[in-house]
Amino acid sequence: MSSTIVIPYQAEAHPLTGVTSGKLGIWIFLASEIMLFGALFSSYVLLRVGTGAEYWPSGVEAGLNVPIGTVNTLILITSSVTMVMSWASLKMDKFAAFKFYLGATIGLGSLFLVVKGFEYSAKFSHHIYPAVGWPEATDPSTFFGLYFTLTGLHALHILLGVLVNLWLLVYGAELWKTERVRFEGRIEISGLYWHFVDLVWIFLFPVLYLL
Amino acid sequence: MSEAHAELGFLRKYVFSTDHKVIGIQYGITALVFLFFGFCLMMMMRWQLAYPGEPIPLVGGLLGETMVDRGAMLPNFYNQLGAMHGTIMVFMGIVPLAVGAFGNYVVPLQIGAPDMAFPRLNMASYQAFVVGGVVMLVSFLLPGGAASSGWTSYAPLAVFATSGQTFWLLGMLFLIASSLLGGINFIVTIIHLRADGLTFFRLPFFVWSQLVTAFLLVLAFPALQAAAILQAMDRLAGTSFFLPSGLVVGGSAVAAAGGGSPLLWQHLFWFLAHPEVYVLILPGMGIVAEVIAVNTRKPLWGYKPMVYSLLFLGFLSFGVWAHHMYMTGMGTTMSTFFQITTMIISIPSVIILTCLVISLWGASIRFPVPMLFALAFLPMFGIGGLTGLPLGLAAPDAFLHDSYYVIGHFHYVVAPGTIFAMFAGIYHWWPKATGRHMNETLGRIHFWFSFLFMNGIFMPMMFEGMAGVSRRLFDPTIYTHAEAAHGLTIMTSWSAWGLALAQIPFVINFFWSMRKEERAEENPWQATTLEWATPTPPPHGNFVETPVVYRGPYEYSVPGAERDFSPQFVKQGG
Amino acid sequence: MNEPQYGWWLPPNVSAHGDDIDLMINLIHWFMLALFVGWSIFIVFCLIRFRARPGHAAVYEPIEARFNRWLEVGVAAAEAVVLIAFAMPVWSKIKTEFPATNTNPVIVRVIGEQFKWLFHYPGRDGKFGKTAAEYYADDNPAGLDFDDDDGIDDITVRGLHIPEGRPVIARLVTKDVIHSFKIPVMRITQDVVPGMEIPIWFEAKSTGEFQIGCAQLCGLGHYEMKAKLTIESPQEFQRWLDEEHSALGL
Repeated sequence: MSSTIVIPYQAEAHPLTGVTSGKLGIWIFLASEIMLFGALFSSYVLLRVGTGAEYWPSGVEAGLNVPIGTVNTLILITSSVTMVMSWASLKMDKFAAFKFYLGATIGLGSLFLVVKGFEYSAKFSHHIYPAVGWPEATDPSTFFGLYFTLTGLHALHILLGVLVNLWLLVYGAELWKTERVRFEGRIEISGLYWHFVDLVWIFLFPVLYLL
Repeated sequence: MSEAHAELGFLRKYVFSTDHKVIGIQYGITALVFLFFGFCLMMMMRWQLAYPGEPIPLVGGLLGETMVDRGAMLPNFYNQLGAMHGTIMVFMGIVPLAVGAFGNYVVPLQIGAPDMAFPRLNMASYQAFVVGGVVMLVSFLLPGGAASSGWTSYAPLAVFATSGQTFWLLGMLFLIASSLLGGINFIVTIIHLRADGLTFFRLPFFVWSQLVTAFLLVLAFPALQAAAILQAMDRLAGTSFFLPSGLVVGGSAVAAAGGGSPLLWQHLFWFLAHPEVYVLILPGMGIVAEVIAVNTRKPLWGYKPMVYSLLFLGFLSFGVWAHHMYMTGMGTTMSTFFQITTMIISIPSVIILTCLVISLWGASIRFPVPMLFALAFLPMFGIGGLTGLPLGLAAPDAFLHDSYYVIGHFHYVVAPGTIFAMFAGIYHWWPKATGRHMNETLGRIHFWFSFLFMNGIFMPMMFEGMAGVSRRLFDPTIYTHAEAAHGLTIMTSWSAWGLALAQIPFVINFFWSMRKEERAEENPWQATTLEWATPTPPPHGNFVETPVVYRGPYEYSVPGAERDFSPQFVKQGG
Repeated sequence: MNEPQYGWWLPPNVSAHGDDIDLMINLIHWFMLALFVGWSIFIVFCLIRFRARPGHAAVYEPIEARFNRWLEVGVAAAEAVVLIAFAMPVWSKIKTEFPATNTNPVIVRVIGEQFKWLFHYPGRDGKFGKTAAEYYADDNPAGLDFDDDDGIDDITVRGLHIPEGRPVIARLVTKDVIHSFKIPVMRITQDVVPGMEIPIWFEAKSTGEFQIGCAQLCGLGHYEMKAKLTIESPQEFQRWLDEEHSALGL
């Protein structure tokens, strides 16, 4: 059986929603991600407030490094800026600039992961693992369980974003030549995802490190 | 953007297909196989329940020594069967069939689209489903067996359980991913790919039901994903999200820091699992609405109230979850809130059911096999819904919680409810999908015996629950009050085996009708919705010409019209 | 003591608040039956009256069905009445209106574990000895701290004895996983959640021997986690307490 099928609204905006299907799709996906991280944040609240945890440390008391966390926050915010710049470059037909900015986004994302790696290994070398209760008490808190799980899941999301961006960078030239508008759409969609992951960190950082 | 298809090889056409119809059939067959497997698990349990301690006939000799003792079931195996029966039926059976199979096959056709918005994502959803299903089934082969802490996997029991539980968590992650991707696909498809003239209030009710279901999947499943991750951390990384301190299991202190909350698991789980039950029923209601409209030859009564009820139901479904937790030591404020929301949510269900019932008034009712199943759905869902009342109120729930009454309640909704709707859908759309008619006589035999045995299984359970018999008991006769109700158990078990036999005419029909010579016409039921505008079976791309929609979905018996149906896609004066 | 008669509907009720619960259950089921019969009669009528036959066409115009609106409102109103007039007061009574001290309640700790129940009475001094997880042992299932004087006269048994006509306050705890304390004839069910101590109260209004079961899946032995409930006259209950005290050597 041979036939061609045309699925509309892959490159043009739909009159009702004003966006392409891909963009609508990523927004819905992000809604589900909000529910995912929301469930984890709610768990944090319930565990901190609801259990009889004898003592809930602040981030500093738990030994989290606020300066490093701040640096990571700045890294991610910058990477969101470079992500937007890469998309803008594409729209302005500046392919070289696009590659530069996307590369910067990938680099910054990877840098975030490297810094995270150092943070984790510092914890592990002090024998602080997810299972550690704080402090040795009859009702310890689940602070470190939450810390590792929340930041770990977030880091996985960063990794995924980095990989997707890498793929777009590597195969970008090809796609940009053959399906220009769709490629711009893909960068925009990847950008939306990246901004979301950045936003999650902007909530994670104060909740874990500062409160 | 066009996707050119040169002649595709077998693998690309039937195994790794991106065509929504192929994927829909893949989902359908896989789900039916899983449903059958889940049913077999229950049939074994039913033997143990009716004849405790007796060797299981036929299969007792084939099972391993971790499962049976000289042919008689062991408690460990019973608990595994119980947990996996629920898991398989809900996540690997009903949802993939109702949403993955029917949704995928019918929705693009009914909205006049060439395919789903994201065909490759669709294929990925199916593949994730298969992987999740395999992980679940494979867990039976583990040394400790499959998960055995109920489909609800309550902590701390599930945290201490054998490795089968870890497979359950992993399997769930894949199954959830499949549903999330599918949900996104459905929402974008329905919003963006409707044919010209197909405004929202001209959509068939089935499409509305799939739209709301997709939103439920997308917004509710992540909570279980989060919970599964946390439970996996508790099991594998030694965290204590769900473990309070000071636990002593089997005489030795649990090696965990503590500080966690078992109720956190329940909140997260039920935040998904309540919307999940609406996922289980809404597509079925959608199918029943379609079949009733076609076979009453008149518009559905109260289409708009039905649609608004769907939307209201979907929204409210996120606010009732703790009615599963009344017995956990909840205070009066919280229980009052959830009792109120639970009572309110019964209203839209009653509206939808009543509208479908009133649709019969003034009709010209035909009774082909799909209509038999659709009609039976009405009282069966009625019983299921009504028995939710005493459970939704905390005080009577104090007696009925976790009893057979609950099992009877939800099975009435899902078994002679949703599954009957699924059968209605299979018989109804079979001619479009295969180009053949299913045999009417076999269909009627299938229907009547299924109807009889479904009631034979689940009505006794209501009484058993009233008598105080708890669920998930390997041998209920240990309790005097359960022994007195043992006759009910035996009735249920024989009806279950009868129900299995009653499916034989369906299986025969399934294979036999595919091989028939005689072809079905394009629109054998003389229906009005868009799926009947395609050739039979629909080719890749579905429509020969892109359809345009001129009227609503249920314009039957329009005064002054030539025929007793005015299809949506035909321009004629209407 | 008479053998309780169990059948296919509610078991005998020996609980003071059981009548309220039974009333609600029966009332709700009459309501359910009325709705179901009503719907079913309507459906069957339609299936016969409006079946397809030569010369009979369907009617396109929707009927007004004001009855439907009354039905919806009626159902909602009935539910509201049941909720506000029956369910909430009964729930409130069971959950928050605990018997005052001047009603002389029997206080007992109920300890669930895989797969048995333990009942811990405070003894003549009316005070529970300190317990802790670290003291659990086969010969000390309640985990009593024997350095605490209050615990010397504590009674720990595997069967629950309660007097007729006197309220009982039970404090439920569990050692390991979630269980559920269910006594069908008393119309009570209460989940026992690790990390929580959940109080419930009940009062028996007639004597007899009954069964307590576990109503939340707790593992392999969930099905056999039963205990005996003995409801006896106040005199017999006191006699039993005295016997238990002598058994302790007091």
